[in-house]
Amino acid sequence: DTSLAEVNLFSPSMPISPSSMINQYKLEDEPELRDLFITVDDPESHITAIETFITYRVVTKTSRGEFDSSEYEVRRRYQDFLWLKSKLEEAHPTLIIPPLPEKFIMKGMVERFSDEFIETRRKALHKFLNRIADHPTLTFNEDFKVFLTAQAWELSSHKKQGPSLLSRMGQTVRAVASSVRGGVKNRPEMFTEMNDYVETFSQKINVLDKIAHRIYKEEREYFNEMKEYGPIHTLWSASEEDIADSLKGVASCIDKCCKATEKRMAGLSENLLPILHEYVLYSEILMGVLKRRDQIQGELDSKVDALANKKTEKDLFSEEIGKLEDKVECANNALKADWDRWKQNMQCDMRSTFTNVAENNLRYYEECLATWESFLASQTVDLHVEEDSEDRP
Amino acid sequence: MEECLAKKMEITVSEAEKRTGRNAVNMQETYTAYLIETRVVESQNEGQCAPVDSLWRRYSEFELLRNYLSVTYPHIVVPPLPEKRADFVWHKLSADNMDPDFVERRRIGLENFLLRVASHPVLCQDKIFYSFLTQEGGWKEMVNETGFQLKADSRLKALNATFRVKNPDKRFTELKHYSDELQSVISHLLRVRARVADRLYGVYKVHGNYGRVFSEWSAIEKEMGDGLQSAGHHMDVYAASIDDILEEEEHYADQLKEYLFYAEALRAVCRKHELMQYDLEMAAQDLTSKKQQCEELATGTVRTFSLKGMTSKLFGQETPEQREAKIKVLEEQIQEGEEQLKSKNLEGRDFVKSAWADIERFKEQKNHDLKEALISYAVMQISMCKKGIQVWTNAKECFSKM
Repeated sequence: DTSLAEVNLFSPSMPISPSSMINQYKLEDEPELRDLFITVDDPESHITAIETFITYRVVTKTSRGEFDSSEYEVRRRYQDFLWLKSKLEEAHPTLIIPPLPEKFIMKGMVERFSDEFIETRRKALHKFLNRIADHPTLTFNEDFKVFLTAQAWELSSHKKQGPSLLSRMGQTVRAVASSVRGGVKNRPEMFTEMNDYVETFSQKINVLDKIAHRIYKEEREYFNEMKEYGPIHTLWSASEEDIADSLKGVASCIDKCCKATEKRMAGLSENLLPILHEYVLYSEILMGVLKRRDQIQGELDSKVDALANKKTEKDLFSEEIGKLEDKVECANNALKADWDRWKQNMQCDMRSTFTNVAENNLRYYEECLATWESFLASQTVDLHVEEDSEDRP
Repeated sequence: MEECLAKKMEITVSEAEKRTGRNAVNMQETYTAYLIETRVVESQNEGQCAPVDSLWRRYSEFELLRNYLSVTYPHIVVPPLPEKRADFVWHKLSADNMDPDFVERRRIGLENFLLRVASHPVLCQDKIFYSFLTQEGGWKEMVNETGFQLKADSRLKALNATFRVKNPDKRFTELKHYSDELQSVISHLLRVRARVADRLYGVYKVHGNYGRVFSEWSAIEKEMGDGLQSAGHHMDVYAASIDDILEEEEHYADQLKEYLFYAEALRAVCRKHELMQYDLEMAAQDLTSKKQQCEELATGTVRTFSLKGMTSKLFGQETPEQREAKIKVLEEQIQEGEEQLKSKNLEGRDFVKSAWADIERFKEQKNHDLKEALISYAVMQISMCKKGIQVWTNAKECFSKM
């Protein structure tokens, strides 16, 4: 029996917050019809003779008929996620498959198995599976079902099925051969516009990602200095009598603001940074999807060109061309629909993320304001008391 | 007691001007001159406004004035001058003495100095100070004619006294420790404040980068465009707001700096006490040894080892006449010494009394001023928070419309 109260869908962090519940309703077209709930948690380290790796627990709760049971619990490692992604890309070359967290993160100099790294990855993997579950087409993918339900040995044997690596490589070579710069000259206007959009979007989202990281860094440096600032006032109060209370008051205010800054930083790293990073990856995915569409188009175009040069075997060709034309039409439609959906989701995500950033900052300033105002009130009360006692002879 | 000059006369340092001139070694130099304006306050005729007198002074003349006051009134905690060179600077501010912001803050500091002196019950009555405010030409000569430089104690002598004094007044020893602590803690505070200001500047300015990206991004978005664009504008406002905020904070830092320098003035009074006390102890010691010598000569007993004693043993004793002469000289010296000791004692007690009175006055002033400064700091923080709330409320609205 599934219930919204138990499992939180889009917030990767486990405690349910009201705002993330609201986010779910914004993101989903028909929330009442949700019938698949997935969580990724409990990272565990496994040490074998050959390697060390982490597995994550994937819990699925569902009311769908295609599933034999209503609840599943499996363990998956990063490799398994990679496998799933490549199977989805294979099956749906012009659908926008959600991004996976990267294999390694160089720039942060985060050690491969640090707690921070594992937690960031866990959240991203949780997001990945939920975005798939949310996708009208991908959610019914067979490999996705296997991923969610199969025990370790079942998954291994399932992976070995399907076209061999060699034949898959052959497909790729043929695709490339038939589309060196294929699909571009007959590309419908809509997809050229998409291409232009993605290029600019990619630039901008990368810059935003950098800005967000810089803001985080500056806030952290500010926090580090603030930590030292309050205590000096306390130290000073030790040599004073009359103004000791005022000094201690200031020290306490500064310390409270310091804590508030820490909260603000945490807000950034929990919300803005992961979303922007996800969309940086998304922009690469979009470019890949557009290229694949061009390749499919290219296959058709080169066959059409070949037909123009051949006088014989026209019937054979026209059947093949018919099939390719269908393929192109399917690919285009799939992409168009998924594109619109992606844009809507992106707009939603950006709106809620940046609104959250603003709320974070508001909370920070409101907390600091309250602290200083109460200090000021305490000081002016003293002043009035002093003034009164001065008036009396 | 006569009313403070500050109540009878309006004093302002209203302008600062860059000048070029020739210095003592006839080399061209650039310096800043400050315009001091004074106006006598007519309490009876409300309607009538006395004319404003003005003259120009440069920083070195202020320094001369302060040196004169410190030497002439060693029992007074003399108000300090604003710093000569920009210190505790966070890196966005210039450390250049010619920088207009620094000059402006110095102008305010110099005015504050004059007002402090003018409202001091003792210092405000000084003629040299009055001439400083009112007499443009010949003031330097006038100061030098007082011969105050001769009265100044050598730093070496003072240092010697600090180490060797045996019985300084306990209160001065405590005060010395307090002023050391005050100096140390305020320096530390100012250093960290400068670093905090630097970092705060960084946080605000980085948000300014949002404006341009949002604007460029909005160009490719149909529905999100307006929200992005206007949010970006608010981020620009946010980034720009830090400049005024930090400029105001500089004035707070200047208030703390004044008391940092006041700590030095406190130490100077303690040093003077130590010097006087040491002088007294030396004079008493000298007197005691002379009395002893006299006694030895008179009774013929050598109680302590002395070179004279040894030489007289080696080279023969003196004649009774010689001894008589010596005793007479010593007795004169002893009498002189006792009078001197008496007057030194009196001087010392007077100094302690008047110094302590001024120190009590200073303590009250310090507590009042610092408390006010802390309150003004809180007010600044509140204003900064309110500005932040306004900007982010606006930004939130724009984001929610994306």
